[in-house]
Amino acid sequence: MTEITIRADHDEPSLPDVDMSTELGRGVVVGNPVFTASGCAAAGRELAAFNDLNALGGVVTKSIQLAPRSGRPTPRMAETPSGMLNSIGLQGPGIDSFLSNDLRWLTENDIRAAVSIAGSSVDEYTRLAQRLRGHPVAMVEVNISCPNVEDRGQVFACDPSASAAVVEAVRRATPPTVPVFAKLSPDVTDIVAIARSCVDAGADGLTLINTTLGLAIDHWTMRPVLAGVTGGLSGPAIRPLAVRCVWQVHAALPDVPLMGVGGIRTGVDALEFILAGASAIQVGTIIFNDPSAPSRISHELRTALSQRGIERLREAIGLAHRPPKLVVPEEPDPPGDEPVVEEQVRRAIAFEDV
Amino acid sequence: MPPVQVRGEVLAVKQIGAYISMTVVATGIAEQTRPGQFVAVAVGGDDGSMLLRRAFSIYQVASRGVYGGTVEFIFAAHGKGTTWLAHRRPHDPIDVVGPLGRPFSLPKDPANCVLVGGGYGSAPLFMLAEALRNRGCRVDFVLGAASQDRMFGALDAKRMAQSVAFTTDDGSFGEQGRVSDALPEVIDRVHADVVYACGPMPMLEAVYAVSAAAYDGAGIPTQLAVEESMACGIGVCMTCVLPVIDDEGQTRMMRSCVEGAVFAGDRIRWDSLGTVPADAVGAASMSVAAND
Repeated sequence: MTEITIRADHDEPSLPDVDMSTELGRGVVVGNPVFTASGCAAAGRELAAFNDLNALGGVVTKSIQLAPRSGRPTPRMAETPSGMLNSIGLQGPGIDSFLSNDLRWLTENDIRAAVSIAGSSVDEYTRLAQRLRGHPVAMVEVNISCPNVEDRGQVFACDPSASAAVVEAVRRATPPTVPVFAKLSPDVTDIVAIARSCVDAGADGLTLINTTLGLAIDHWTMRPVLAGVTGGLSGPAIRPLAVRCVWQVHAALPDVPLMGVGGIRTGVDALEFILAGASAIQVGTIIFNDPSAPSRISHELRTALSQRGIERLREAIGLAHRPPKLVVPEEPDPPGDEPVVEEQVRRAIAFEDV
Repeated sequence: MPPVQVRGEVLAVKQIGAYISMTVVATGIAEQTRPGQFVAVAVGGDDGSMLLRRAFSIYQVASRGVYGGTVEFIFAAHGKGTTWLAHRRPHDPIDVVGPLGRPFSLPKDPANCVLVGGGYGSAPLFMLAEALRNRGCRVDFVLGAASQDRMFGALDAKRMAQSVAFTTDDGSFGEQGRVSDALPEVIDRVHADVVYACGPMPMLEAVYAVSAAAYDGAGIPTQLAVEESMACGIGVCMTCVLPVIDDEGQTRMMRSCVEGAVFAGDRIRWDSLGTVPADAVGAASMSVAAND
């Protein structure tokens, strides 16, 4: 018999009591599985007016590179059904300014910093990871959806060995107490193969997924909307794609912590990723629609778990992978009352030509 | 004061010529709004398919009264999002973030100010006119539009200003022509010290050119509220950038939502709009393209 507790869903003075803590590898445990996604929160500061940022799992910063970058010309974005395309070109201040301004601000405000790094060669990633040493970084997220200048601009994330080379170098340059996550692109034939090679190269966890490449054409100018022609598609439009990737990678690598990201708009969207196998989730594009979304989704996820009788977030990770329940009657029927099943005997049929 | 996100409600929706005026109850925004700031409004409902906020200059605020703080903004229902907005009715919920952006800078001492608006771009100029008059400034208006039904705030301008010059592209109201055709005469006549403007980018560029050429090329300062398309309005999406010269003389791709939307006209790289100038900070690192 299941115990049913009746609670008031409305006007609840305090949040339901659910253990929201989750593990990110290397012994790092955070009290909230909700992070902001890279590129959707800048370096956190602008969102402080709308969220209790230190109550989140952390802020994943916009990918930082060695040198300052101007980014691409405008137009840089296009609204698409339940999503958007962006082609920003990783505009950013460069690692030095990032460390002395952005990271310092996060630290002073007690906000966990998950630093996303992006480079155009293995050496650049290595140098970025080295520059982060000695700074208060909760986690390093390696954005490998970048072109590799040493391989004709081939995107690292699309090639298992290039992905592995970057991850291995960053892992080696990062202190052992800091987990390294690789953020994977969904634009590959076999996401599990890339995931496996990143993990074999030392990734402590994986972030799934980055944007998928898209294109929009303006029907008046009859030209691509974006100055960069193609752009990364994000938002609820890609959520099923992201959930599928999390599902496949969790099935293949059940012990690897995954950060689920892609179109999360509500707490139950976040729960979907947890059930598919994510240990934590990131809130991205929906921040543009609702700047307080990270805090709201944290509360909604907690409520969603509680409503399903789940007391610890960690119990829900990958729960959707359990086999379908066999339908068993609650109490066995008394003996003798079993329905009589007639034995089916196949009759032999003879055919003849007519 | 940081901006706030308010889940408010629609108080009134009115048709004004070709435009829509919407007043929303948004306590917390009205009280801290300064002229030139804007709001970012979510469209399509909590489960809708349009994710990007629409940004509108604030026309008027009332921080007291029976409804608490109200904010009024003007828009043209020319796209899916603004059409959805135009169909809201009183008491409908609406999610508004504001006030956003840097307001217009005001002269320390009384000065002669010319305010130039194009279409519903004139909306933020009336709060500005009031603030300027409270400082003892002289205010003159130049308002332009494609046609009479797109002229916004003609009565407000007449009520507040020493003089108003109207221009329309089709000659249906005021002089036929552009605001930049009427502006040189106004600058001379009122001995203008500063020009404020809000409207489409080509209009702002023309206003800047006229202002820079004034007084035999000595020029007068301009405060221009730019219109760049935005996704978030709060500074995180990096889509609304334009090349602007900073205090150190370096060109940076600045966000119009937080570093603007008001810029001094002489800081904008007009020749490079829509591009990244080669001398912009970080332009040299762009030879290698990243995905996003």
